[in-house]
Amino acid sequence: MRTPAFLLIWLAVSAAVFAASVWLGNDYIFFAGYVVLQYVVLGTAWNILGGYCGYVNFGSAAFFALGAYSTVAIYKLITEHEFYRMPIPVLMLIGGIVSGIVGFGMGYLTLRLRGAFFAIATLALAVVLQTLVVNWDYVGGSRGAYIIRPEQIEPIGNYIRYLFLIMMLLAVAAITIARLIEHSRLGYGFASIRDDELAAEASGVPTLRLKLIATTISGALMGMAGAPFPYYIGYLQPSSTFGLDYAVNSIAMPLIGGTTSWVGPLIGALLLGSLQQIATVTISSAVNLLIVGFLLVIFVIIAPNGIVGLIHTYLQRKPEDFVGRRHVKAEMPGRVP
Amino acid sequence: MIVAGPANANSATASGAAPALLEIENLGKRFGGFVALENITLSVPAGERLGLIGPNGSGKSTLVNCICGTLRNEQGTVQFGGQRLDGLQAHQRTHLGLARSFQLPRPFVSLTLADNIRIPLLYTVATRSGSRHTAHEVEERCAALLRQVGLGDKARRLPRDLTQVEMRKLELARAMAAEPKLLIADEAMAGLTHSEIEDILSLLIRLNEQGVTIILIEHIMSAVMSFSRRLVVLVSGRKIADGMPDDVMRDPEVERAYLGQ
Repeated sequence: MRTPAFLLIWLAVSAAVFAASVWLGNDYIFFAGYVVLQYVVLGTAWNILGGYCGYVNFGSAAFFALGAYSTVAIYKLITEHEFYRMPIPVLMLIGGIVSGIVGFGMGYLTLRLRGAFFAIATLALAVVLQTLVVNWDYVGGSRGAYIIRPEQIEPIGNYIRYLFLIMMLLAVAAITIARLIEHSRLGYGFASIRDDELAAEASGVPTLRLKLIATTISGALMGMAGAPFPYYIGYLQPSSTFGLDYAVNSIAMPLIGGTTSWVGPLIGALLLGSLQQIATVTISSAVNLLIVGFLLVIFVIIAPNGIVGLIHTYLQRKPEDFVGRRHVKAEMPGRVP
Repeated sequence: MIVAGPANANSATASGAAPALLEIENLGKRFGGFVALENITLSVPAGERLGLIGPNGSGKSTLVNCICGTLRNEQGTVQFGGQRLDGLQAHQRTHLGLARSFQLPRPFVSLTLADNIRIPLLYTVATRSGSRHTAHEVEERCAALLRQVGLGDKARRLPRDLTQVEMRKLELARAMAAEPKLLIADEAMAGLTHSEIEDILSLLIRLNEQGVTIILIEHIMSAVMSFSRRLVVLVSGRKIADGMPDDVMRDPEVERAYLGQ
């Protein structure tokens, strides 16, 4: 399927989901749906580096927070100097650029590391950035920052519906980008890096350049996901924005869905994100990470290649039915062959 | 030490003929205090079939790694097609026409055989020619290369489904896909049966007849002797012989290195 057709189908699906949510008339759907869609973007962004290239990034929260704090900084500037109020898509673009630049920088500094060493370096980045934000008084420091969002926006109505719509469009953009990469020359290059970097170089793949592209795209998408977050949450503080939830979920969702295809993070985020939202209202919000841990253990045992991997394994039993271009990966990402 | 016979590129260069395809001068490589390569000078003219032998640990793979850019040499120079390779990364050397197969096959395990071949086609051939081939052209080229090495019917299989010899063939096919001027086959026949060795040998000879210069690193002497027109021997990081295969094998220093005093 060509990309414009793919995009049109997903835009139509998004429109249908939005219309159905409006028809149901309960704004909580938008509150919960926003978080699920945010994880679709985070999971997809993580997968571009972690799943396609095999570089496990534990610093997702840092990129997400960078996007969020870019918005806070701009919000403060606007309120102090009475500038023109920036629309959320512009804030997302700025958040994406900031996180993309940091992603590029992180890649440049750390991509000579591999496996656990790279993962530790990304975790260190998150800690360093959190420390910087905690000590940056302009964006609220450790006491946090308040963002007052408008009640209504014309012609959509409640502002949360607007945020939901924007996050849905970003999710569609993210999966379209991921699919585009997967089916392109870049995607083959990423796959060769994931499998064997030495052999990739010997085949002419400029591995460092490709890894920098991956860290930049991945970081930018995470930053874009974080940019509208202050408007969603209303009160932003470092401990929640740099929280473990974002790092763990953005890894667990692709792993549970499957890391070699754009479908995996989408399935994983929809499944896990919805489960977490249901658990939040029926049991407790504290049970969220427990669900993630529990599901991860189950999937590592019964389906190490995720749900997509399970489906592929089933299809491989009937090779005559299998006409796919690329098979699933045999190992978990990040493992050095 | 035996010097190279008529195939020696130094003599060709001196007589005004085309310069050597690969020119190595005083190459040295150390790992800490261990000297892996010492003052290696080697000239390989285009179209050569060069055998590179030596006991384990003699520096053969280190030499290949230095030529291909996987390792950086501290001393000496490597020139390929008249261009100095110092500072060039491995993939840039591949783009210039230097390809290698690995001692232990390193396939892209999550990709089908066709996609394994597709990588060098997309990244080396396309970069070199400056134009993108259509998806159909790439597909056809992948299929043709796999057919050439006898893996045409397994294009959609994963490397894990292959036998040892098929894995070696895939490794060679992937190197060939980069359309190299020089192919370095690092122990491409290790662990294979006699008939399988014949298969790989005829493949390499066919390639050479198509104009590809080949350096064969091998421990199987019968294969080396039947393939090579020139033989180079490394021992403890030093080149101890370079010349016609029969002459080299009669060299007392080579006999000492292989058989002991």
